[in-house]
Order: sequence, then structure tokens, then C-alpha cells
Amino acid sequence: MQVPAPFEYERATSVDQAIGLLERLGSSARLVAGGHSLLPMMKLRLANFEYLIDINPLHDELGYIRSQANELRIGAMTRHRELLESDELAAAFPIFRDAERVIADPVVRNRGTLGGSLCQADPSEDLSAVCTTLDASCVIRGPGGAERVVSMEEFHVGPYETAVGDGEMLIEVRFPVRANGGSAYQKVERRAGDWAVVSAGAAVWLAADGTIADARVGLAAVGPNTTGIPEISEALRGHEPAEELYERAGAIAARVCDPVTDQRGSEDYKRHLADELTRRTLRTAVERARS
Amino acid sequence: MTTVHESRTSSFDDNDQKPVGFGRMLRKEDPRLIRGRGRFTDDVQLPGMLHLAILRSPFAHARVVSVDTSAAEASPGVRAVVTGETLKGLGLAWMPTLSNDVQAVLATDKVRFQGQEVAFVVADDRYAARDALELIDVEYDVLDPVIDVRQALAPDAPLIRDDLEGKTNNHCFDWETGDADETEAVFARADVVVAQDIVYPRVHPAPMETCGAVADFDAVEGKLKLWSTTQAPHAHRTLYAIVAGLPEHKIQVIAPDIGGGFGNKVPIYPGYVCAIVGSIVTGKPVKWMEDRSENLISTGFARDYIMRGEIAATRDGKILGIRTNVLADHGAFNGTAAPVKYPAGFFGVFTGSYDLEAAYCKMTAVYTNKAPGGVAYACSFRITEAVYLVERIVDCLAAELDMDPAELRLKNFIQPDQFPYTTKTGWVYDSGNYEPTMRQAMDIAGYAELRAEQAEKRARGELMGIGISFFTEAVGAGPRKNMDILGLGMADGCELRVHPTGKAVVRLSVKTQGQGHETTFAQIVAEEIGIPPADIEVVHGDTDQTPFGLGTYGSRSTPVSGAAAALVARKVRDKAQLIASAMLEVTVADLEWVKGSFQVKGDPAKAVTIQQIAMRAHGAGDLPDGVEGGLEAQICYNPSNLTYPHGAYICVVDVDPGTAQVKVRRFIAVDDCGTRINPMIIEGQVHGGLTDGVGMALMEMISFDEDGNCLGASLMDYLIPTALEVPDWETGYTVTPSPHHPIGAKGVGESATVGSPPAIVNAVVDALKPYGVRHADMPLTPSRVWDAMRGRATPPI
Repeated sequence: MQVPAPFEYERATSVDQAIGLLERLGSSARLVAGGHSLLPMMKLRLANFEYLIDINPLHDELGYIRSQANELRIGAMTRHRELLESDELAAAFPIFRDAERVIADPVVRNRGTLGGSLCQADPSEDLSAVCTTLDASCVIRGPGGAERVVSMEEFHVGPYETAVGDGEMLIEVRFPVRANGGSAYQKVERRAGDWAVVSAGAAVWLAADGTIADARVGLAAVGPNTTGIPEISEALRGHEPAEELYERAGAIAARVCDPVTDQRGSEDYKRHLADELTRRTLRTAVERARS
Repeated sequence: MTTVHESRTSSFDDNDQKPVGFGRMLRKEDPRLIRGRGRFTDDVQLPGMLHLAILRSPFAHARVVSVDTSAAEASPGVRAVVTGETLKGLGLAWMPTLSNDVQAVLATDKVRFQGQEVAFVVADDRYAARDALELIDVEYDVLDPVIDVRQALAPDAPLIRDDLEGKTNNHCFDWETGDADETEAVFARADVVVAQDIVYPRVHPAPMETCGAVADFDAVEGKLKLWSTTQAPHAHRTLYAIVAGLPEHKIQVIAPDIGGGFGNKVPIYPGYVCAIVGSIVTGKPVKWMEDRSENLISTGFARDYIMRGEIAATRDGKILGIRTNVLADHGAFNGTAAPVKYPAGFFGVFTGSYDLEAAYCKMTAVYTNKAPGGVAYACSFRITEAVYLVERIVDCLAAELDMDPAELRLKNFIQPDQFPYTTKTGWVYDSGNYEPTMRQAMDIAGYAELRAEQAEKRARGELMGIGISFFTEAVGAGPRKNMDILGLGMADGCELRVHPTGKAVVRLSVKTQGQGHETTFAQIVAEEIGIPPADIEVVHGDTDQTPFGLGTYGSRSTPVSGAAAALVARKVRDKAQLIASAMLEVTVADLEWVKGSFQVKGDPAKAVTIQQIAMRAHGAGDLPDGVEGGLEAQICYNPSNLTYPHGAYICVVDVDPGTAQVKVRRFIAVDDCGTRINPMIIEGQVHGGLTDGVGMALMEMISFDEDGNCLGASLMDYLIPTALEVPDWETGYTVTPSPHHPIGAKGVGESATVGSPPAIVNAVVDALKPYGVRHADMPLTPSRVWDAMRGRATPPI
């Protein structure tokens, strides 16, 4: 049994009380949601915090999927399993179900949360790529109930680093809903439940004439953080969906991504996958947008 | 005599046929294990028990300059801090390995691999012990490590084993087998010679339960009780006696339930010795359970052979000879667990299942700054490497000859009338009938149809591969005339006692780690004396309760202890016959055994059951002259030869041309392990081994960076397969009994681990044929497959 260093534990009773604790304890404290990334790091003593604030009691408050006008809002404590099983979410953004099917395993999915995944800010994180693809924005609440909304690009400051400051908490993620959209996600992993070698998400919105009104691609595990690729969006907008177009997008993905050789694969292979998976997910996203 | 059957069960009910002897029955141990009532080492709780944690080296190679334990000693809850210097004072800083080398218990001079034991803390609980490790201040003088095995013997390579007197390089041993000149002559006149470099990377057994021990030394009685995760409790007891100087009768080793071994739990690890020292020092029971990372980085690894294989044949596909040169990485200490006269284990069976004219192997083993071990992981003492080599090189030959790999194998098999067959490397295969096994696998697979499907798919640009492997194993070590471990002959004791009411207890020297001994051995005894398995208690794992024997590994339990169990039961039956003759007032010769009772020949109404005989043996009244009371016997079985199971495996894979991901679509395994005791257990063993094979072929590897940091220190980094990576296994069987084993059984525990990796790799290479790929090394991760598709396959090390 791997045992963490000593720490103190507090159960949160409300979002504002949790923020109050964070404010008081500063950087020695850490929120724990699903805990599937944090606790292994603590057990390996790669991460040591004096205080853990358990926000699982906030699931009632922050576990939800809500449709608003032109927007879908998901609470930060919504668990992977809820994202996987939500038909409403799958209808609006099939990319979520694609991704959730390949995230870890049922035990992790029962416990892990959307907010925890984003705040862990692992460059290989699947839901970060999904949120980037869907042009999501993150609602961060601070002391006194002050809220600010940041884009995914702003949210990810670097590997394992986010825009969430001391005394702040990610409480909600918002997804713009547009007509005639389709989305898809694909991941290459060495084994079920492994982190991605590379994964790609694509979302496409079609105009009335069948051309691409807008498109976004998000990649994971090929750079310091999951990022959208504006050059791909520009290359796709206004064009008729076609294999040549996907190939062009794939070529851009392979060129602009920034992978490194590691145990999961060589840099070359990852660039190739960025290309291959971009093409595959675009193809599926367009099919879904059409149907 | 070979009988051929196909084995399919349609429902779980088929597995519960309640045989009095051989046949399908549910495992007797499972109710306990399924209900969470198993008792593993970590479940042992003793009054006043303390906990031990080990400080390990962060460096692969460094001089230990100083170790300051003062802050750790002052840490709350800490009872003792012990360093290499402390052990030196007790003469316990070094211990012998199973291969006549020595290994540091705690480092005194240098650390020689990352994760090596440097000091330990005993404290009131696990947390206090672990926290105190952080307070031990070790000053290291970091040295250049030897990580690249190919550079280990370079003149300027750093010297690892300066503890060995006169040692000036990293050479561990040389070994050869076969006839070099004869083989050279055969190669010289061959039409075709194919050579291939083949790497079997370092892998880890990774049992679900890590290693650990609870030591309880009673200073008044002078007795040490040690619960530990050991596959060989008796061998361990004797070695502790030799190492620690404790009298052997004052050492009791108890192996409770074990959560998987796969060879990982054969060696004695420093942690066990530390637990013993911890208990002696503190006067309290001490528990040590390593964590997952410790298990992966410091305990017995497997494989790590860099092989060059060569095969010589005629143009029409008659294989003439096989030759190989091997560079073996043995890590920092030679901790290989194998019979001492076999430093390369049983690698000598690399001639496989083929009738050759000549064979030769030359091996060089070296030290590197990596964890010690070797052999472990269900390998039958290096047969995994041997079978991989021969089955890969035969496929290379098939490609060179443009011949179907099944046809090539069928053409070269040792024929049934050639058994017992002496190979060119001196192994005497006891029995075999290979063609029916191969044909059955091809029938189940629908081999011709698969080849047709493959041709169609290739025409469409799809990548489908069919891989074959045919293996012969050598298990059941072994005859004591040439097999021993540190001087202990590899014979096994067994004891059987029938109680007055006809229930029985059988005591084994071997120890299950999940193989189902409590069921299989009850069935072996049941078959011989007709007492139902449910009425037979199997006792094992406790050295005070069981006769001496060398333990469970190398698929030896059934070949050795299974024979002992059958023979001890026959001994009891012989005595029962004497008593029955008195009970029925006839001569012994007038009795015949009908399972469960002795009957008077020609008068079946006159009969006594084994239960009635048992009561008579213990009851009132006289017994025949010269017959003692009681109904029990003991035996020590020394096998006259190894047993040689065989099998034919066929794997079908699909490779995604875009992502290079390999999907194992089908896997057909036809095993011949001789007489089948419990087919359900055999199938379970095969399923597990095949899953291991998928892991090794596709994802498992313990790798190191250039500084010697182990890159596989967690199960997120060292991947083992899940149910999602494996297909529904399709199994079949043939039965070719062993002629020298009392019940004809051959052992099956490792067959699938041995036989499956080459089938999978052969399938992937076959799938990549359109890319001109002839070989690609394991692990065949998507990235490595993609490299192969681009003509730049590289060895993994």
C-alpha cells in the first residue's frame, strides 16, 4: 500500500464555504473531487498538500446538465458517468459520449468529475480536448461570490496549471449550442484505460447550403496543453466537406502540434496520429451534422 | 496413445460434475476467496505488531557515503531504524541468491540499481514508518551506470560488482549447449540460411498481491514464525536457516493465501530478511508489505534476452539446424531462480518441436545496473524465450521459402514413433504426437478460410494477420541427479492420512498461488482411493504441517507433487487392501479394486468400502499380522525425467492501417498436457496465460532511461492487459500421457504464457507482410507497429 504524507481533511458544505476555506488556507490546500489523479500523486508523494477539502458533498449543488437558450451548462461536479449516460448531452454533443466511453474505466468514471478533469490540466486529458473542441468557457467563482468566465484557451495556463487562482473554484462549464452541428472524438491508447497516445475531437457546423459554417478541432497529448487550432477552422470554413479538405486539416494538425517522444510513442507517430485522427473525427462530425 | 477431443462447455453447470476423481468440478477454494474470506499475508494481524518500510535508492549506481538516521529515529512512533552497517555487524548485510551469487540485503558499499534497499524503519504503523523514511539522510556519490546491456562488457564500462573479489568486468557467466562444429557443418551445406535479431524485452510478473511478510520471533522459544508470500516455503525455510544461522526446526514458514505469483514469489527478497531482523531487534511481530512501485522496480523481473537466431534448411523446407547467440541481462545481482546446473534455465529446448540434425547455443550473461531476478513470470525456466526464438525464426524461414508457416511446421515435427526423442541439445522428450494437435487448432480456426479471407482483405488494403506457434515445454523439475536449487534436490514429499470415518487429509509440499491445488490434489487422491474430493482436505504452505519439497513454479506441481499425491494414495490403497482381505476373509489376490471399494473377484456383493476399511484400520479388533493401525502413508517422489507438454496456438489479428493499432480478433489454443485432472482449471490456466501473452506481445516492458531510472514503476506506466484487449479464447485439447508419470499428467500452468507471444507476434508480422516486414520486436505498441510499417522497426532496447 502506498501511503501519502500527513494531511488534514475537511468536508465542504457549500461552494462558498469551500471557497472560504481555500481563501484561509491558501496554496497549502487543495480541493479533491473524484481524486483519481490527485490521490495517486499524493500516494506517490509527488504531490503533498497540508489540507484536502473534499467537495464531493457539493455534488447536489454542482452536479447538473442544463439546457439554456443557445447554451448548455454543466456543473463542475458532474461525474463522468453522468456525462456518459446523458442522452440530452449525447444529442447535443455526441463528442461527449465518444470521449467518455474511452476515459479510464467504470470505477474512475463513477467518481471523476468534469471540473476535476479540467483543473488537473493534464495535457493528455480527454475532457479538456472535448471542451476545447466545443469552444467551452469556464465559470470561476472567487471570494464573496464574484464570478468570472474564461475561455478554454485562457483556462489552461500550462501543463497542470489553470487560471483558477488561490481562493477560487471552477464551478461550471458552458457550451455554446449552434444549429446543424456534429461532433466526434477518437483516441488512440496502448490499452483500455490508458492515457491517450493522441486523441482528437472535432466539431462541425454546417450552413444551409451544406458548406462548413464553422469547425473546430481539439487535440490532446500532443503539446503542453490541449488547444484549439484556429488555422484548421480557417481552412475549413466556407468549404464543401470533402476528403481533400479533411486531409488539409489533418496536415495542419500534424504540423502545428508539438508532441514529444515518450513511452506512449514517438514524436513522428504522434504527428501522424494528429493527422489521422483529425481526418477521422472531421469525417464523423460532418456525417453527424448531416443526419 | 493419443485421443483427440474438442473441448467446449456450454454452461457453468457443466463445470460442476462432482467427480470422484478427474473431471470438471468447481474449485474448493473459491467460496473462501470469492467471499473475501481468503487470508493473505497482509491479513495477518498479531498483537503488538509493528510495521516496516524500506528506504530505496533513487540512483542506479552510487557509492553510499553516509547514512544519517538520527532524525528518523526521533520521529513519532519509530521503534528502530536499521542500515546496512547495522546488518554488517550481524553478518547479514549480504545473502546468497538462488544462483550462487550474493545480493545485498541493505547496501553497505554501493547501490547497484534504482530501488535497491538501503535502510528500513520499524514503527507503530505503516504511515509512521513511511514518514520516517523521508527523514533518513543518505549521502550518495553518484557513479556512471551500466544500462545498455550491449555496452556492459566494453573495456571502459563502469565496474558494478566490485564487491566480488578479483572482479574486473561485468561478466556474469558464459554458457553453451549443442555442438558448434556439427552445427557449422550443417549450416555450410544448407540451401537456405535465415538469420534474425530477436529481443525478448524485460517484463515483470506483476502479481495482484505484492510481496510481503510478517515475522514473529519468539526470543524465549527461540522460534521464528514467518508468514510470507512465498511459492516455495520449504526451500525458503532451509535458506533462512543457512543465511541467518537459525536452527531449521525453529523456523516455521507459512505461506497463506497468495494473490498470484508467476515466479515473482520464488526468490528470497531483502524485505523478508529485513522483517525477520526487525522482529528480532524489536522483540515484536513485524509486518512488511511492499507497495506497487516497490514490487515493479525491485523484485524478480523476467526475460531480457537479446538473441540472434539462425536457421538452416533445404530449399523444400526441411529444417536442418538452429543456432543462436544470446546476450542475457541479469541485472545487478544474479538472482535467477533455476536449478543451479542450468544457469540459462531450460533455454536449451530452443530446438522446439522439430527433428533437427544439429543445434548450438552460445550465451553470455552480464551484470547491469538494473533490478536482479530473472526467469520469473510463468516462463518454465526460460522456455518462454526459447519458444519465442524458435517459433519466430521458423516463421522467418517460412517467409524466406514463401511457404505456409503451418505447412513448414507440419513438415518438420518430431514424429510419434521417435519418442522418447533426444534433442540435439540433450533433452529427452518423453512423449508427443504433434500433428493431431496442430490439425485440431487449424480445424477450429478454419485455417484455409482464414487465409482466403486474408487474401481478400489484402486486396482491399486491409491488414489481417494469422500467426501460428507450436511449442514443446519441459516442466516438472526435476530429477534430483541433475537438478537442485542451492543443493536442495527437486523431489517432493506428500503425506496422506485417512481418518476413521473415511475422510482424508493430504499434505503437500507445493503451494498454490491461484492454480487450484486444493481442488486438483483432492481429485488426484480421489481418483486413486475413491474418497470424494469434498471429503479430502488439502493442507499446504505451512512448513510445520507439510512434508519437505521445493515448491510451486516451473509448472512443477502436477508433474512432481501430483505424482507424489497419486503414489501416496496408492500406498494407502495397498494397505487398505491388506485390511480388506482380513475383513472379507479372502487373500489379497482375490480382491479387485473398483473405485471406492475392494470386492471379492467374481462376487461383487462381497465388498468393503474405503470408508469401512478406514474405520477398521482405526477401530477395535485385530488387524492382519504385520499391519499397523491407522491408514496413512508418506512418500518423497523423485521424477525420472521432466514432462513435455505441447500445444498449437493460432492467433488472428487485425491492424488498423491508419493508427497501427493491433486488435487480437481470435485466438485458438489447443493444449496437450497429458492426462487432464480438472479441465475447468486447465482452461482457466490457459486463459490466464494467453492473457499474459497478449500483454507481453503488445504492451508490457520494463524500460529504463539512460540514467537507469525505471520507467515502469506503476501500473499506469507498466501496462498489463485487461479483458478489453483479449478475445473470447477458443480452446481445444489432445491427450498424450507422460509415460513415466504415475497418472500421465504433464503440467500446464505456463504453457499458454510460453506459447502465446510468438503466435501474436507472428500474426502481426504476417499482417504487415504487404509492407515487407519480416520481424518486429515486442512490445508491439501502436507506435512500434507504425515504425515497422515504415520500414524502420527498431529493437525496444
